Amino acid sequence: MSEVQLELEILRYDPEKDQEPHFKTYQVACREEWMILDAVNHVKDEVDTTLSYRWSCHMAVCGSCGMMIDGQPKLACKAAVKDYADKKVRIEPLANFPIERDLVVVQDDFMEKLKRVKPYIIRKEEKPIEEGEYKQSPADLKRFKQFTLCINCLCCYAACPEYALTPEFVGPAALALAHRYNADSRDQGLAERHKEISKPEGVWDCSFTDTCSIACPKHVDPASALQQLKITTTVQWYKELIGMGDK
Amino acid sequence: MAYVRPVSKTCWYLKDRNYTIHMLNELTSVFVGLYALLLLWGIGAVASGPEAYQYFLKCLASPGMLVLLWVTTIVIFYHAIAWFKVTPKAMPIQKGEEFVPGGVIAGAHYVVWILFSLVVLFLAGVF
Repeated sequence: MSEVQLELEILRYDPEKDQEPHFKTYQVACREEWMILDAVNHVKDEVDTTLSYRWSCHMAVCGSCGMMIDGQPKLACKAAVKDYADKKVRIEPLANFPIERDLVVVQDDFMEKLKRVKPYIIRKEEKPIEEGEYKQSPADLKRFKQFTLCINCLCCYAACPEYALTPEFVGPAALALAHRYNADSRDQGLAERHKEISKPEGVWDCSFTDTCSIACPKHVDPASALQQLKITTTVQWYKELIGMGDK
Repeated sequence: MAYVRPVSKTCWYLKDRNYTIHMLNELTSVFVGLYALLLLWGIGAVASGPEAYQYFLKCLASPGMLVLLWVTTIVIFYHAIAWFKVTPKAMPIQKGEEFVPGGVIAGAHYVVWILFSLVVLFLAGVF
């Protein structure tokens, strides 16, 4: 079994001791089939137990292990060690978020914004259960399905220069989820979400760099969702202007 | 206390190749704006009478202006191609269960662009 030698430069920060973060280097002999997460786990288990980071499923489902790997936001469980063979690899916490400790970032800002866009089905009036389920055709489902694949890993926020420069920006994942529900044939909450989305720090802060979609490890296309939201928001604005907006 | 990393407000677009390409695309808008101003000047000259229009034409033929026009033409082509490329993201079209291929949507923009250009050239008396 062949080995890959990696020099991991991991950004460390202990809020109780450090004024600012600093890099610490670890030499790791990795197995060829390892992911970067395995290398970080090896450091934690065998070299330095004080290292803090988030991870859970190791299969790109939970969205916990997002980190900057050589300057790019990636899921550590999806970044193959062999792609970084015999190199120095820089591991940093996700960009654009405050560092809680080592590779752990504070996610409160995203959680608050996610709540604001109401990412759930809103009905003006629920029908009685005995009337049955809300039916949806395969074509209706296809309209938004890709946006349901978001795992909230926040790689898109780390890739977004607008979020870096304007932290008030609601941001790619939350807005993509707003679009996901707006596009759902069972939903009637467009007007409620419109209030948040149409604010200057809503969808209009997006300048369409497309870097959110490039970074997405689940191949969701938040940039597309945001551009479609701009059109929906504009149409809703004109409709409201003439008193015909969705209520 | 959580540590907030500083963000460069002036050089952020040099940090990543994709950011730099994006800023180049944005920069091309300056030339689109300049050309729009030039057109407005031309319209104003036509409205002001033959003398003003002749002066406008003379200015257009100056070497500096010719260089600017050629640069603007090239940059506007780049601008149009860069934005047409991403039109399928902004306006995906769904037919039944499938989405129309992105190439068709971007291609339709090129067709409309060519048609409009031909109409303008026809009205200008080129053919």
